Amino acid sequence: MERVPVLKIGDILLVSIQIDMEDQVALQLQEDLADRIVATGCHGVIIDISALDIVDSFVGRTLATIASISRVLDAETVVVGMRPAVAITLVELGLSLPGIRTALNVDLGMELLAAARAEAEGGAGHEDTDEPAVTAP
Amino acid sequence: MTGGAAERVAVATDQDVVRVRQLVRTVAVAVKLSLVDQTKLVTAASELARNTLVYGGGGTVEVTRVDNGRRSGIRIVFADKGPGIPDLDLALTDGYTTGGGLGLGLSGARRLVDEFDIETAVGEGTTISVTKWCR
Repeated sequence: MERVPVLKIGDILLVSIQIDMEDQVALQLQEDLADRIVATGCHGVIIDISALDIVDSFVGRTLATIASISRVLDAETVVVGMRPAVAITLVELGLSLPGIRTALNVDLGMELLAAARAEAEGGAGHEDTDEPAVTAP
Repeated sequence: MTGGAAERVAVATDQDVVRVRQLVRTVAVAVKLSLVDQTKLVTAASELARNTLVYGGGGTVEVTRVDNGRRSGIRIVFADKGPGIPDLDLALTDGYTTGGGLGLGLSGARRLVDEFDIETAVGEGTTISVTKWCR
């Protein structure tokens, strides 16, 4: 069985799906990604689907599941590079990929993840600085 | 209406579903469906071939070029000798599933093609025929 490679770039895991995946390959990717998120502590996942000429309900569901699993493991997922015809077909199929962040390309996906991370850390930092003021006697 | 030679794929594994997608793509390009229509048809074929495998326990997919004198198109027939579908209306409802999927396969595939016919008998199997015409 073929396997989709997961690359670590800085704080991000990058997956570029370049093959017409069998269902088992998609499920394997789901497991591999969960393992890699835990092993690397990465906070972002980018899945590039620009090479996919279709996304059917199985692949769509797998992408949604990956996004949910990542979130539970403290990582955000962005799906990038969806072709226009794929987007049109997905919506007509009835699949709107709720809970999945998308960006048009890898660059924009990385920007999105950086912004999300900065917000998460900034928010936490803000609470830290506020805390003494609130708890001070 | 005239039809060309049919190409047949036996569907028994995940790999065969990929093969169906590739065959449908090739024929869709050959009859010059638009890119969006190719994408819709291949997606519908993927859903239905997976149903043939998962619910029908495997079967066959036959892809034929068709021509009704005005337009050319593709007909795909998915046939299995599985358990059949007891309640067809329910099975064609968005979100209904018995297989742990999203329940979009049958209803979604129907929206992606121009013609959709289904024949099913409990205990005998299911045959689904879809057609997409060039615009």
